[in-house]
Amino acid sequence: MPKITYIDSTGKERVVEAKNGMTVMETAIKHNIPGIDADCGGACACATCHVYVDEAFADKVGKPSAMEQSMLDFAENVKETSRLSCQIKVRDDLDGLKVTTPESQH
Amino acid sequence: MPQRVVILGAGQAGGQTAYSLRQAGFEGAITLVGDEPAPPYQRPPLSKAYFKGEMEADRLFLKPLEYYAEHNVELLTGKAATAIDLAAHTVTLDSGETLAWDKLVIATGARPRKLAVEGAELRNIAELRTLADVDRLKATAMPGAQLVVVGAGYIGLEAAAVGVQLGLKVTVLEAMPQVLSRVAGPEIGAFYTHIHREAGTDIRLGARLEAFEGIGQVTGVRLQGGEIIPAELVLVGVGVLPNIEIALDAGLVCGNGIVVDANMRTSHEDVYAAGDIAWRPLAHYGREGRLESVHNAIEGGKLAAAAIMGSNPPALDVPWFWSDQFDLKLQTAGLWTGADETVLRGDPKTRSFAVFYLKEGVVIAVDAVNAAPEYIVGKKLVAAQARVAPGELADKSISMKDIGARALG
Repeated sequence: MPKITYIDSTGKERVVEAKNGMTVMETAIKHNIPGIDADCGGACACATCHVYVDEAFADKVGKPSAMEQSMLDFAENVKETSRLSCQIKVRDDLDGLKVTTPESQH
Repeated sequence: MPQRVVILGAGQAGGQTAYSLRQAGFEGAITLVGDEPAPPYQRPPLSKAYFKGEMEADRLFLKPLEYYAEHNVELLTGKAATAIDLAAHTVTLDSGETLAWDKLVIATGARPRKLAVEGAELRNIAELRTLADVDRLKATAMPGAQLVVVGAGYIGLEAAAVGVQLGLKVTVLEAMPQVLSRVAGPEIGAFYTHIHREAGTDIRLGARLEAFEGIGQVTGVRLQGGEIIPAELVLVGVGVLPNIEIALDAGLVCGNGIVVDANMRTSHEDVYAAGDIAWRPLAHYGREGRLESVHNAIEGGKLAAAAIMGSNPPALDVPWFWSDQFDLKLQTAGLWTGADETVLRGDPKTRSFAVFYLKEGVVIAVDAVNAAPEYIVGKKLVAAQARVAPGELADKSISMKDIGARALG
């Protein structure tokens, strides 16, 4: 199973085993990772599961959809590497993925 | 600091209260009582991805089951409160147990309104609020079956969309002259009527239901005038009633919900209410109301937890909501009630547009269909009670970013 590392805004790392097909957001919720609220439960409606994707994985993870990009355009503290973790599905080739959570989701 | 918190209702609001208490470092006992067998779960997908079969039940859970043991939250499922004794600070459950509390949170939500018509007790007349409801629906919703949806609110229309996609023959009966009449303006209503008709659903507006026909099991729906629409399955989605009975019996002040203050505190200083059941001040609108949404459940839970901890309340969000039907994502910010002007931005024919609702020139709400910028900037405009010229909102050559920058400075 692919491993995902969640890094919080203080730099603390948490490594978890993820299941293919689940999203990076769902994996975080399942493992009680702090810093991801996911109020809407993954409907791409609330932008409270914002993460920064490690640059080494940028190409593999791919680009956000138009809807997700629009949500990100207006979210707080957005960077080049910002994604909504509810829109990233776990796959084998994402093994080792590192994502960092922002200081606040609101 | 209180030692024992009992939360009645293990839905999104009740769960959130427990999570926020633990997150804030509450060290006392937390008991979460729910009448369903499942731990707290998300309800919105029930009429969407879960009904469609695209999501398994455990993916709906707000926290994994282990969370409750690991965080010392006692989860009592399959149990309901039958009486609250405010003076003794206890609550009695239908299992016979009595629980003592220092602080009580009532988050028992609402129940689907029943139709008082002949035949309402027939089999295969369903409602849609719980996992069990949808599991029953799924078992009867076979391709080719005739589904009649009574009530064209969000749940009814979402279920109708799934029904058509599952290959059912769907009819929607709505008593009002437009769909979504309680929650959105006529432009949105007309758009969704068109979308559903295009997908093959028979939408009857102004329909007067007279009775359900059938012996034992429903076989049809009789309308005023005598027409009978054949039905193997009926879904009734005509709104909900807050479960206030035990709060009323206990002597808490109730109206259309349990009356709470800005901190979700009821008329008793040690009792809070959150979620669908709470009649609360609506900060952005200068009035009170009862909201049925994820936003309201989460915010109410956080507010109640903060009040119990004696900490600063979280910042209040503008009410927000979403609905998925076919390939369309509707995102709503604000409450449109009281609008005196609506502004259409974009062309509904392109399936990407928004409707802004204004009151005395102030943006009070937005409904955005496949239009995230309109939703997000609109939400900020509503929060700021911003004034934007209707001509500017309607002008697609001005980006939402620019509209936001100008209005919000």
